[in-house]
Amino acid sequence: MTTNRLFNILVPLFSVLIGLLAGAIIMLIYGYNPIEGYAALWKGAFGDLYFFGETIRQVTPYILTGLAVAFAFRAGLFNIGAEGQVIAGWLAAVWIGTSIEAPIYIHLPLAIIVAALAGALVAFIPGILKAKLGVHEVIVTIMFNYIALYSANAIIRNVLTEQADKTEKIAATASLSSEWLATFTSYSRMHYGILIALLVALIMWFIIEKTTIGFEIRSVGFNKHASEYAGMNVNKNIILAMIISGAFAGLAGSMEGLGTFGNMSIQAGFTNLGFDGIAVALLGANTAIGVILAAILFGVLKVGALNMPTEAGVPSELVDVIIAFIIFFVASSYLIRWILLRFKKGAK
Amino acid sequence: MRKNKLLLSILLLFVFSMFLVACGGANDDKKETNDADNTNDEATEDNATEDSGDFSVAMVTDTGGIDDKSFNQSAWEGLEAWGEEHGLEKGAAGYDYAQSEDDSDYLPNFTRLVKNDFNIIFGIGFLLEDAVADIAEQNPDNYFAIVDTVVDAPNVASITFAEHEGSFLAGVAAAMKTKTNKVGFLGGVDSDLINKFEVGFVAGAKSVNPDIEVQIQYAEDFNAVDKGKLIASNMYNSDIDVIYHAAGNTGNGVFAEAKDIKRNDPDREIWVIGVDRDQHEEGLNEDKSASVTLTSMIKRVDISVHEVTNAAMAGEFPGGETIVFGLEDEGVSVAETNEDAFTEDIRSAVAEWEEKIKNGELDVPKSRAELKEFEEGL
Amino acid sequence: MEYVIEMLNIRKEFPGIVANDNITLQVKKGEIHALLGENGAGKSTLMNVLFGLYQPEEGNIRIKGEKVQVTNPNIANDLGIGMVHQHFMLVEPFTVTQNIILGSEPTKVGLTNLKKAEQEVQKLSDQYGLQVDPRARIRDISVGMQQRVEILKMLYRGADVLILDEPTAVLTPQEINELMEIMQSLVKEGKSIILITHKLKEIMQVCDRCTVIRKGVGIGTVNVSDTSVDELASLMVGRAISFKTEKAEATPGDVVLKVENLHVNDSRNVALVKGLNLEVKANEIVGIAGIDGNGQTELIEAIAGLKKVESGTITLNNEPITNLPPREITERGLAHIPQDRQKLGLVLEFPVSENVALQSYYKQPYSKNKMLHYDKINEFAERIVKEYDVRTPSIHTKSSALSGGNQQKVIIGREVDRSPDLLIAAQPTRGLDVGAIEFIHRKLVEERDNGRAVLLLSFELDEIINVSDRIVVIFDGQIVADLKPEETNEQELGLLMAGSIREKVGGDE
Repeated sequence: MTTNRLFNILVPLFSVLIGLLAGAIIMLIYGYNPIEGYAALWKGAFGDLYFFGETIRQVTPYILTGLAVAFAFRAGLFNIGAEGQVIAGWLAAVWIGTSIEAPIYIHLPLAIIVAALAGALVAFIPGILKAKLGVHEVIVTIMFNYIALYSANAIIRNVLTEQADKTEKIAATASLSSEWLATFTSYSRMHYGILIALLVALIMWFIIEKTTIGFEIRSVGFNKHASEYAGMNVNKNIILAMIISGAFAGLAGSMEGLGTFGNMSIQAGFTNLGFDGIAVALLGANTAIGVILAAILFGVLKVGALNMPTEAGVPSELVDVIIAFIIFFVASSYLIRWILLRFKKGAK
Repeated sequence: MRKNKLLLSILLLFVFSMFLVACGGANDDKKETNDADNTNDEATEDNATEDSGDFSVAMVTDTGGIDDKSFNQSAWEGLEAWGEEHGLEKGAAGYDYAQSEDDSDYLPNFTRLVKNDFNIIFGIGFLLEDAVADIAEQNPDNYFAIVDTVVDAPNVASITFAEHEGSFLAGVAAAMKTKTNKVGFLGGVDSDLINKFEVGFVAGAKSVNPDIEVQIQYAEDFNAVDKGKLIASNMYNSDIDVIYHAAGNTGNGVFAEAKDIKRNDPDREIWVIGVDRDQHEEGLNEDKSASVTLTSMIKRVDISVHEVTNAAMAGEFPGGETIVFGLEDEGVSVAETNEDAFTEDIRSAVAEWEEKIKNGELDVPKSRAELKEFEEGL
Repeated sequence: MEYVIEMLNIRKEFPGIVANDNITLQVKKGEIHALLGENGAGKSTLMNVLFGLYQPEEGNIRIKGEKVQVTNPNIANDLGIGMVHQHFMLVEPFTVTQNIILGSEPTKVGLTNLKKAEQEVQKLSDQYGLQVDPRARIRDISVGMQQRVEILKMLYRGADVLILDEPTAVLTPQEINELMEIMQSLVKEGKSIILITHKLKEIMQVCDRCTVIRKGVGIGTVNVSDTSVDELASLMVGRAISFKTEKAEATPGDVVLKVENLHVNDSRNVALVKGLNLEVKANEIVGIAGIDGNGQTELIEAIAGLKKVESGTITLNNEPITNLPPREITERGLAHIPQDRQKLGLVLEFPVSENVALQSYYKQPYSKNKMLHYDKINEFAERIVKEYDVRTPSIHTKSSALSGGNQQKVIIGREVDRSPDLLIAAQPTRGLDVGAIEFIHRKLVEERDNGRAVLLLSFELDEIINVSDRIVVIFDGQIVADLKPEETNEQELGLLMAGSIREKVGGDE
């Protein structure tokens, strides 16, 4: 039992190490110094308080999208639509943030809740289509990413503004950013959203592990037939799981709208927060604590990597390849598991 | 288990495609540096190498990167030319860039460049407006510049272009060239800035021939080559024979489609009008004997970046000002590289209209509302 | 004496357990040799060692007197050993011949010579009396025929020793008899057969010698003619086993389950239950006999609310339950031990404790206001594990790690503990060893004696005759016979199940 647990911790650690090693080899092949490269990565993520703040800022939505994808995974659903749900949540948060006047204790919670609802709504449709008609959620959620993206752009341009590229800034009463955090981290955009993200992780753990709702969702995720046999309403659980998943992703959007940017621009493409959330969830083994750790890793890689071109001269395309390698090895942990087992066997 | 395997293969595919993209990017780089060398030669002809002291300059791109064959690339060429002029190397002591992977990267990129003590930092593109405004407020003692939009701050120089004027001339050329009396416009994202291209182009075309039909479409994406190709295919299929694109990387799809059509049907007369840089090369066919690029609406971002940098170095940083680069100062112009297509009568017509704009006889509309008025006056 | 296969003092360890300990198996040429053992006794491990999938820690293997190293299955094939697995490995849309030659196609100028292959298959089939049509497509032939195709496949590849893994589990009584004949004609032609089974009757009927394994240890080899079913059983389990389920005469009470003119379709919307009538009373075990695919699965799923009823009514305790959601039916007094315990009965990834709570997690004391009370759930699970003798390292062990018998005990414990009025047991002993079967049969009778109505579905006629108080035969979606077990026999049931004779019952249609 204990050796098993140790093994479960060893595998992701090893994966990250091998990923870094592969990245180093790539850098060597292309004639760059991997030590300098990784030093630049580290400095770019933790070099000073500013970058530390930016890393936390990036980790915040990753935790939420990771939780969103993980939650759906637990019910056996592959929510590729976190991306679209992020956009919906972002738009809704900014909408409330710009169009309402209210004291902060009403305005901010309202904006956050509406963002969650917007994400939930976008996820609800694939959920109900899956439950009632058996339409595969992957296809529907992919399409809804586009629907959300272009609808949001149209709404920004035609409803929230008059043909402008971005919305007004949200009112201060709807903002998650804090003077104190900004000053403390020398003007990084770190905001209070990280507390929300951690709270949501706690909520997810609680729902999944401690409630009958989580019991049913896990049961449906593992075995639909047995769940139906045991009298659970499989369809209801599918829809519920999608709604909760969407709400989490919507919250991730509100982090961008109320925290990082304070407004929303017309998106020329996807934010990638939702797609990265898939990798975060996978790496985090679909558990709340795992998602937090994976989100930190992704945030560090994402923010730190920006420093590699300037500081170590590694071109940003190559940085993408290196990061992809790290993610690849981390995500293919069962390959690592296999290798470790072979070693164990060989040693014996 | 099966799901895991599927995911694994998706990831594998992903990694490999990253590889391919990276390799492709590397090749492009090579070609681009050749281009850059050419422009550099021109630039250095009239400027002897000067001493720069310890002045350094950097730019932050949007998600397109410095090899977008368009806007960012042009700006980077300007910085490279400036570096050449002053004998500087790429890097923290000379000139450098930071590429953004997505919108949230703009500010950290600026901050890092500020921390690296660059004397002036450019934000390339209107997408960076908020980021420039924020960073300028946080660092009141540093110089910043924004291209393509206006940020009102004492330490920010705003560089804009009279794109409507250049686009007007492109419209004139298109109207002279078309045989079907149908031309197309492909915009990147429907926005004030791109509307200037659209409106100028329509006004130019209708000034030559009020009956000309201009089809307008937006890809809603500056980075979707496939979408550009699809829209171009639809346009060419509906009898349009000249397409003007103001869509960054998306516009490369228009070139690809035009070249595909020409490959199958070499006699078909279809044209593309490029944007931002002289896109003659993008339109060349396989044996480089002919190009589908009729002309390009050149926005000399390189000149503007170069000039503003030099001004800042000379202690004359135009902080808080908006500098408009128009036809007069060659901030915008139309390319005449494709002599086979850009015939003498087109050239003279364009010159004629250019003169009218320069001497104030003609006021080119900048927005859809102004265009309506303009059309009524025709 | 010439042995074709000798596995001498084989020992195979896995981390934590010894799967095979000092097992010796010697198979003579031309004999049918039974390999007998409970589930998890180490039969599969031993065969996998023979096939080179595992390497033994100790002991050696001799084939035809020569010591060999079998390091992979191909070597085993080359040595003339062929295995017919429980789950057939056939390509459904292909013909018999295509399946047989798959992987070793005879070619003529690069093209598959199907004609020649068909002739060879026909010849082999005739030689051993298999009666297989070489041109029939696999999906069109019966399960019994498919099994023969698997046997042919081995013969075609020149196997001298055939290993049959639980071959009768999927067959009807008639097909079993035919298989026995085929086995005898195979050994007459000089082949040797290892029959892996835990069905003692079959061993007595057809085998020459029998090697018994118990808990990984080789117990020994006996001549079948010198032994009896009882002796074999006690060798296998390690204690005396009673085969005749001890039970008092049934005293049926009120009607608990009543099914009237029921019509149910399968997932492809083909009618499978066609106007079926059935009654089960309190204090009564009713056994449903029938060949798989005649509507029994659909009947049970319809009663449990898992399949939509097209028309007809189902009442439980005089209340209609037709097309009610499964949970409402459960709460009205149904317990259901499903046919497919891994697909329906358990969430395999759940620990034992959560599977025990699968039908009651939503009720007090296991949860309150949607909060689970794991202390109560664990208590419940500990009790069930103890009462039903579930062998598991802990209640927190993943259910997938349990053996089939112990998984079934978890389900039975969970279902019976609810004190239902109607207990449906669908193939409750499938794939289990005699010890577990005895336990389950005892439980079913106990429940009957406690006043429950029990509906038993089984493809084992032994079980039906042994346990039931009343037997109904299902054929083509209808009950075609209603019999007393003491007034019938396997032969008659087999014919009824095959639809050869029809004995109309109780106002049908």
